[in-house]
Amino acid sequence: MSILVTPETKFIVQGITGGFGGRHAQLSLDYGSKLVAGVTPGKGGQTFADTVPIFDSVAEAVAETGATASAIFVPPPFAADAVLEGMAADLELVVAITEGIPVRDMISVKKALETSKTKLIGPNCPGIVTPGTGENSQGGCRIGISPGYIHKAGNIGVISRSGTLTYEAVWQITSAGYGQSTCVGIGGDPVPGMTHLDVLKLFNEDSDTKGIIMIGEIGGTAEEEAAAWAKENCSKPIAGFIAGATAPPGRRMGHAGAIVSGGKGTAEAKKAAFREAGIGVAETPSEMADTLLKMM
Amino acid sequence: MNLHEYQAKELMARHGVQIPLGYPATSVEEAKTAIEKLFNEGHKRVVIKSQIHAGGRGKGTFKDGFQGGVHLADSINDATAKAESMFGNILVTKQTGEEGKQVNRLLITSAEEIKSEYYVAVLLDRAKGRPIIMASAEGGMNIEEVAKESPEKIFKETIDPDLGLQPYQGRKIAIALGLRGRLIGQCGKLLQCLYETWAECDASMVEVNPMALIENEEGAESVVALDAKMSIDSNAMFRHPDIQAMRDLSEEDPLEVEAGKFDLNYIKLDGNIACLVNGAGLAMSTMDAIKHYGGEPANFLDVGGGASQEQVKAAFEIILSDPAVKAILINIFGGIMNCNTIAEGVVAAAKETDLKLPLIVRLEGNNVEAGRVTLAESGISLITASSLAEAAQKSVEAAK
Repeated sequence: MSILVTPETKFIVQGITGGFGGRHAQLSLDYGSKLVAGVTPGKGGQTFADTVPIFDSVAEAVAETGATASAIFVPPPFAADAVLEGMAADLELVVAITEGIPVRDMISVKKALETSKTKLIGPNCPGIVTPGTGENSQGGCRIGISPGYIHKAGNIGVISRSGTLTYEAVWQITSAGYGQSTCVGIGGDPVPGMTHLDVLKLFNEDSDTKGIIMIGEIGGTAEEEAAAWAKENCSKPIAGFIAGATAPPGRRMGHAGAIVSGGKGTAEAKKAAFREAGIGVAETPSEMADTLLKMM
Repeated sequence: MNLHEYQAKELMARHGVQIPLGYPATSVEEAKTAIEKLFNEGHKRVVIKSQIHAGGRGKGTFKDGFQGGVHLADSINDATAKAESMFGNILVTKQTGEEGKQVNRLLITSAEEIKSEYYVAVLLDRAKGRPIIMASAEGGMNIEEVAKESPEKIFKETIDPDLGLQPYQGRKIAIALGLRGRLIGQCGKLLQCLYETWAECDASMVEVNPMALIENEEGAESVVALDAKMSIDSNAMFRHPDIQAMRDLSEEDPLEVEAGKFDLNYIKLDGNIACLVNGAGLAMSTMDAIKHYGGEPANFLDVGGGASQEQVKAAFEIILSDPAVKAILINIFGGIMNCNTIAEGVVAAAKETDLKLPLIVRLEGNNVEAGRVTLAESGISLITASSLAEAAQKSVEAAK
């Protein structure tokens, strides 16, 4: 099994007619994922790549195709609205790839999520992959912008706030001959949908996940919260890595959420929380997979 | 994006926050006019405040020895003389670093009779995903120290983003701060206006330190914002062209401004190993790895997910304009991005900038073999590495 999505998950792409959205929609099709529709208001009735129908609204796309998930590639000013539209259509999962959504918009979305059945991954994230069993992990479910070929079906779960750093961890696992159950990039924004803890709980319950890599970075306290929970509740080995030990306080390091402010959110505090919870800490990113494999 | 005090006050006043009367000045002439205006309006004392993006102004020292970035003055002549000494002078505070910051703008305001001082801020509570208002009767103090040593002296209210700060929440904080009588309502209203400023300007943080209880000549008391600090969520700038126009580029690092033009995320640091990486998390980790092996990173630089040849070249030029740099580490995980495209960009940039420094390259991912061939056949001298750890070790060695 896997968490959140399986190779059978049918999903749509909101913003499929944009350059970025279209490019990654094609890559998902090439990977063998079940991308069943696109949504661009005003372009309903057209098709994407000659096969994927485009609808004017998420509700129509869901009614016609039975999709349960969505990837959002809509530009920042309209992205929060796209998430809310996905929630209104009762999708199980919305994955917001868009980078640069105003924090105030995400605060409103976060509140709406409290009373919704929809789960949100992102924004500002690489998305989610449950690898398939074909060549180069083809036939899996790829929602977002991750490179599919670096994956391999297996039993390690990956949670991360970063994009390329996640690929680094995934590639190390694959190169070592192991594979992933599901990889979730939760994104680098200060107000995300699912947190490290939310994803960790799902991995803990998933019988096919035998070990977990949790990648964090400076800013906020989400890693500490996940570690505190793991200490009491998680029965599986976890290896962690925290980026940003050398980041100067008060400076935003690329990601909107990667900032040490008021002495809070330091890499040091997060690593200490990991160690306290029995999570193996990789000192350099080159050791992420090795640290976990030694524990398994 | 950070704002000057006078700009923050302008935005707060627009949303109903009570602010002492004041005028900004961008020249000595303007300062003179502002000073005369205030004295002619009947004020007996004025405050002249340096406008720079750094705290600790009052206790700062100008490079020519003139003490204090904030001054009181009792007469037009006194005020004008002080404004003249401050203007164009370089102010060093505990937040500016040794190099200090040139004072190109002043704020001249009426001086108030202060009875007590408070701290107030509106910011995001990341754990809750909601805004909070935070206040303390320990005004003028370093709030981080108060939070550490006596957290019970900080009062917090979580704000429902759909409802805003409710009047009762504002009053609750006013009462906790020790205000009584009609001041409870007046302070509560000020706090509501402060929250509205935060929400409507898409601020990341609004801070008033101090908010003060003042008394006028007739003995009437009121609560006002004496100082103001504000930073704006840059992601929301598209809906605030008026605030965008307040950006003061002279307060920002010129290399960081230049990098921004090419959509590069660059932050200058103090070390001598420059790095060029795709992705913010990987870029931070690259810096960490350099430090782990005993080196010091010269910068943070994220070229983004789909770096073009033009961006790579711009990145090289920015890196090379830092004279401290002794080696360059390129770390690219080309997920979707073609490693060969990056390799071609690196070769072109190294040739065009006539690179003499050691160049350490670690490529991984999509079409990496072709990328490695391009680098090997380019004729430029470089050191290759197969993992990030190896690349970091080799760059530390090369920078020695």
